[in-house]
Amino acid sequence: MPRSDIEIDLRLEEMHVLDENGDVDEDLDPGLDRDELIEMARVMLLARRFDERRLKLQQQGRIGTFAPVIGQEASQVGPVSALADTDWVVPSYRESAVALWRGTSMSDLLLYDAGFNEGAHIEPESRDLPIAIPVGTQLPHAAGIAYVIAMRQAANRNGNGSNDNGGNDDGGNDDGSDVVMTFFGDGATSEGDVHEALNLAALRSLPVVFVCQNNQWAISTPVAGQTASATLAQKAVAYGMPGLRVDGNDILATRVAAAEAVARARAGDGPTFVECVTYRMAVHTTADDPSVYRDEDEVEQWKRRDPIDRLRTYMANRDLAGDDDFEHLESSVAEQVADAVEQAEARFEELGDPAGMFDHVWAEPPPYAEAQRKEVERRG
Amino acid sequence: MAERTMIEAIRLALHEAMTDDDTVVLLGEDVGVDGGVFRATEGLHEEFGPWRVFDSPLAEAVIVGASVGMAIAGARPVCELQFSGFSYLGFHQLEEHAARMRWRSRGRFGVPMVVRMPYGAGVRALEHHSESKEVIFAHVPGLTTVIPSGPRSARALLAAAIRSPDPVVFLEPKSIYRAFREEVPDEPEVADLRSARRVREGDDITLVAWGAMVRRTQEAADALADDGIECDVIDLQTISPLDESLIVESAQQTGRVAIVHEAHRSFGPAGEIIARLVEQAFWQLEAPIARVTGYDVHVPYFAREQAYLPDGDRIADAIRRTVEEPS
Repeated sequence: MPRSDIEIDLRLEEMHVLDENGDVDEDLDPGLDRDELIEMARVMLLARRFDERRLKLQQQGRIGTFAPVIGQEASQVGPVSALADTDWVVPSYRESAVALWRGTSMSDLLLYDAGFNEGAHIEPESRDLPIAIPVGTQLPHAAGIAYVIAMRQAANRNGNGSNDNGGNDDGGNDDGSDVVMTFFGDGATSEGDVHEALNLAALRSLPVVFVCQNNQWAISTPVAGQTASATLAQKAVAYGMPGLRVDGNDILATRVAAAEAVARARAGDGPTFVECVTYRMAVHTTADDPSVYRDEDEVEQWKRRDPIDRLRTYMANRDLAGDDDFEHLESSVAEQVADAVEQAEARFEELGDPAGMFDHVWAEPPPYAEAQRKEVERRG
Repeated sequence: MAERTMIEAIRLALHEAMTDDDTVVLLGEDVGVDGGVFRATEGLHEEFGPWRVFDSPLAEAVIVGASVGMAIAGARPVCELQFSGFSYLGFHQLEEHAARMRWRSRGRFGVPMVVRMPYGAGVRALEHHSESKEVIFAHVPGLTTVIPSGPRSARALLAAAIRSPDPVVFLEPKSIYRAFREEVPDEPEVADLRSARRVREGDDITLVAWGAMVRRTQEAADALADDGIECDVIDLQTISPLDESLIVESAQQTGRVAIVHEAHRSFGPAGEIIARLVEQAFWQLEAPIARVTGYDVHVPYFAREQAYLPDGDRIADAIRRTVEEPS
């Protein structure tokens, strides 16, 4: 038999749960309870309104450049909602909906946007890494964290594990079944670090969920300019891990896919690649003008698949939430955004001391760094 | 107390660290079953198993990048890059993440990791196997760059590097892996990562060197002692953060300084050391500061590599020239 087909024992699937009208596939509906759905709707709305406000603040020169999440809320909230608080999140730079779901302070996010390092504050018990700006370079970190989880599991199985977690890590599941979820975009799939991390995670069967938000555009480069692959999910097959492509504007699909991937990782059965097909409705960052490279008709088409509208229709159809509930959500979200802006702007005033640039560069700064700090303090 | 080569001393330090602290993880290409291409990790895979000693894929970015994640998750990774000439494929993970994570996370996540790599010329190797690019690492705030000069210091410095709360690049001069043996104490020794050390005392001139150049510099100093020239020789050990105090103190005494390094001369480490001396010992200097360095060419293929490297004659010439300069 000189030639034959190669059998690959991996499934590559595509999944939709809610259609564009918000109608649900009953067999796939995860049947989430009302409170959880309301919370998902609230965070999606919060992320959307927060971005709208930030775009204005940026135009007014009150904050700097940032990357809006508008249009991708379901690709972020669905997956991250499948995690436990003690799981790890390794984000890229567009993950504000993820950050808001995890309880990151909005005034901290604004502080960051206004150019203050203090805005990158992370709570001592938090397992959310700071955002990574160089594209795709955060995926190796996710693999490394997952390696340590898997190593502890192996040690526990052999009965010789100490749970001495060293300096940084001070919590998590006693059984060592934590999961790492990392977020990246379509453009990142061209990066070498992404390839190396996917390869390592599959090689050692590490508990990572790779959430690829295919928002169609890497600044001005469309997915078709990035890869000849028909889907991004199929790349998983080459690494020997399951790949699943879902409608990224369908929060039930992103949630179901992620929950399955999280369960697989937690059971010690290795990583999953989840491609969420979505659309970047706004600019890449506020320094970008999409009218140069994409057609407004395309944006209009994607508006019809709005993830928040679809969840709202689903909830209305099931009598889980009506217009009153969403109006209530809108007003509470508006208040939260306004409060955050007020708090952040008060803090801008307090953070005039430029010597803050020296904070946290070293655990123990060398004498010359201290001398430079004193020089800055003297100059004020 | 046993006499050991530097590679044996490095293996001893790794073994001690892995025995003392079960969060220490080794990873890199061929570090496991094979024991490393220079045998630094020989026997450790067998003793500590495939999780603590990880034969990684051939992928520098994820070796360094996964180490960042491991450190964040509470481990103390010690990764090996097979040659420093291949470190650039993982350099972005050092510059963009390892060195910045503490700062970026406002102190939440330190990155206690060590990146070991064989470094420098002198073993008749191929292109990319002989580089001395310590300045690339030394230029990065938050990153510590260490270069040991022999078995005893290698063991004590590596022990300190593994204990460091911040990332350390540990450059191992491969030409002295097995070039000589030295007494290495049986009991553990941990060096101070922020200190240079004096390896010979003298009043006439201060010599600053590190790595494989320390031995060459000491030999030149020994030979010149017969002519009545007494050299104060300082082994820098840590390139960055630079311990200028001992160099400045010595230069203030001798008034004359020569710096010896394998790295290219232009924008090399000597430039920074000279700048600090000019800032802090200018009025005590009695002669121009000499640099004995690699030339500003790519390290040549091995037939000519010894002509690239500072040798005893070049070092001795620079010392004589500097000492004979009228004050």
